[in-house]
Amino acid sequence: MPEVNGRWVADMKAPRTPDNEEPAAERAHDFRPVDKGFTEEMAVAEAARCMRCKKPLCVQGCPVNINIPAFIEKIYEHKFGEGLDIIHEQSMLPAICGRVCPQETQCEGKCIRGVKSQPVAIGQLERFLGDQPELASKPKLAPKNGKKVAVIGSGPSGITCAGELARNGFDVTVFEAFFTGGGVLVYGIPEFRLPKTVVKREIDGLKDLGVKFQFNSVMGNLANAEELLGEKGFDAIYVATGAGLPKLLNIPGENLPNVFFANEYLTRVNLMKANKFPQYDTPTKHGKHVVVFGGGNVAMDSVRTALRLGAEEVTLCYRRTEAEMPARRAEVLHAKAEGVKIHELVSPLEFIAGEDGAVRAVKVQDMELGEPDASGRRRPVPIEGAIEEIPCDVAISAIGTNANPFAKKIGGMELNKWGYIVADEETGRTSNPKIWAGGDIVTGAATVILAMGAGKKAAADMTKVLLGEDGE
Amino acid sequence: MYKILEKTQFSEKVFKFRIEAPELAKHAHAGQFLMVRANECGERVPFTFADWNAEEGWIEFIFMVIGKTTMMLSTYEAGDSLEDVTGPLGRPTDMSGDGTWCVIGGGVGLAIAYPVARQLVATGHEVHAIMGARTKDLLLLEEQFRELLPEDHIHITTDDGSYGEKGVVTAPLERLLEAKAVDQVFCVGPVPMMKFSTLTAQKFGTPITASLNPIMVDGTGMCGCCRVEVGGETKFACVDGPDFDATKVDWNDLRARQAAYRTEEGQALKAYEEANCACQR
Repeated sequence: MPEVNGRWVADMKAPRTPDNEEPAAERAHDFRPVDKGFTEEMAVAEAARCMRCKKPLCVQGCPVNINIPAFIEKIYEHKFGEGLDIIHEQSMLPAICGRVCPQETQCEGKCIRGVKSQPVAIGQLERFLGDQPELASKPKLAPKNGKKVAVIGSGPSGITCAGELARNGFDVTVFEAFFTGGGVLVYGIPEFRLPKTVVKREIDGLKDLGVKFQFNSVMGNLANAEELLGEKGFDAIYVATGAGLPKLLNIPGENLPNVFFANEYLTRVNLMKANKFPQYDTPTKHGKHVVVFGGGNVAMDSVRTALRLGAEEVTLCYRRTEAEMPARRAEVLHAKAEGVKIHELVSPLEFIAGEDGAVRAVKVQDMELGEPDASGRRRPVPIEGAIEEIPCDVAISAIGTNANPFAKKIGGMELNKWGYIVADEETGRTSNPKIWAGGDIVTGAATVILAMGAGKKAAADMTKVLLGEDGE
Repeated sequence: MYKILEKTQFSEKVFKFRIEAPELAKHAHAGQFLMVRANECGERVPFTFADWNAEEGWIEFIFMVIGKTTMMLSTYEAGDSLEDVTGPLGRPTDMSGDGTWCVIGGGVGLAIAYPVARQLVATGHEVHAIMGARTKDLLLLEEQFRELLPEDHIHITTDDGSYGEKGVVTAPLERLLEAKAVDQVFCVGPVPMMKFSTLTAQKFGTPITASLNPIMVDGTGMCGCCRVEVGGETKFACVDGPDFDATKVDWNDLRARQAAYRTEEGQALKAYEEANCACQR
């Protein structure tokens, strides 16, 4: 009983409520959502495990400092709408973040209950509320202030910034290069991890706040910063174009047919629905033996997509060991449960063509772990002469991305030598007093929640500056 | 939605659409392209700008029926709308090269060559055009080229000899190069045409640029589907090109990548013809 003599006592005996998942053997062959989320009963039981710490470390672990114990308390009291309002004070995308944040290194990683037992399932509880958006209070909108802001890019950073600005009374237009909004949430993260209906709901919510979307708008080639701030009459710009340019492996055979960058492989399926070809027009390759290089979330999404496209054998090749993989832990476990083989300590050397000209195998170099590098992780070092060949008919490279090339074409602000925008991480201010920037185009590829945090901070700063309350 | 203002049929399989797209028209340059998605179930297909008018707010592109999407597009009429038109994409053609230019267009490539020739003329260059087609029926934009250039600067070849000179574009190119009549070459068309034009220009040490046409998905540098090998380096045609120094292009690599989805392209066309696909129009 959590209440004893009117005082809160957490249920210390209860184990962490297990995730509500589809069985691995069934789910691995279609695109249904793997995790069904907590039922009301599960959520309330899990909420009882929270100790309601006076100085909650979980809040510090959250990049946008959501008042976690407060919303969990509301769940325990069945006041779900109030709980959602508490989250909305810091984050407008709980249904997304609850699903895709790497909680084990953020909020849950700091949860005190994790020391002796399992941390509270904060992500699942956040998602439980996020999936009931109809319960939230209507957001209070500031009166229209007559200022126009252009947001470039509709990924997590852009949509967060747009939402905050709209609430603050700005006239906001989001320019998006694709035909639909969401950025990596729609082209990158697969349906089985983040249903597109969830993303659409968040975008539609922004439209209800008065945010305008202009799709098919490749800014930089279409209007640039000068034109937006000039004849188009915008008072400010938030640039959130992301970092979507694939990194090359720079090894022989990289351009062979059926060797993909993960972005292409995932875009074909997630955005263009190539899994439904020929009902949908975009085709993709259904490999029997698929090899994926990388250890992040994009690599996990690629291996699991390959399985769902009918691969018989999927091998994830990573140059370090599973312990060093930057992917969300839950996705590594999901991938393994679904039958993905993990081949640790290998690095690709060369893709080899078959008689048809397409890839038939990849030569890899065996590695061992040496001294720690700048990231604190032990550096993989080649073992001389230890080279093996892995047969494959589809190979996917998921080793990371570089700055989106359109930031330069948008112009008007300083970039660093790698093409990322130079911006203050606390305010998003760039070298141009009318341009702010945030998300992956400033930090390099990071997480959804960090991109959101940047959008939120920039919106707050833009509001101060544009409404003349800067005090300068 | 992007409205089709005008549809023109050039031959049995070649069509031109004029599309209402004021923002694109305002920002388009010769050599750039657009991505089209015909309907909700559609794929994204790149087409190069054939013409545009910023004042009237339209752009034009020309396409030949070769597969499901282009066959379906050919059934669209003026007044219908395309779901998505994105652009302008890619870098504009670099026309800073001095002297006399030779612009070579093969087949539908003529639609890309024309705005390049037009802009070269507008910026004061002397221009020769070599217009190649398999047959007379497939020769595009002859009237427009004739309006633009003097009679003796137009060189027409057809594979079957049904019009102009019988043969391929390299014959008139070789003559022009031998006579030292041109200083810069721009070519666009099928891979063999571009490859052999390049070998011919190289023989005379004349600089040659080619506009490449690999498969694309997003057209904004995100996926790398359009990658090509140029001078031993991997380049993304959609953001680094589509124009490249033709003497450095790995043509075999380009051809192999272009052919990667032959089987699936056949399946899509078959499904369309048997009306098994979800979106017809």
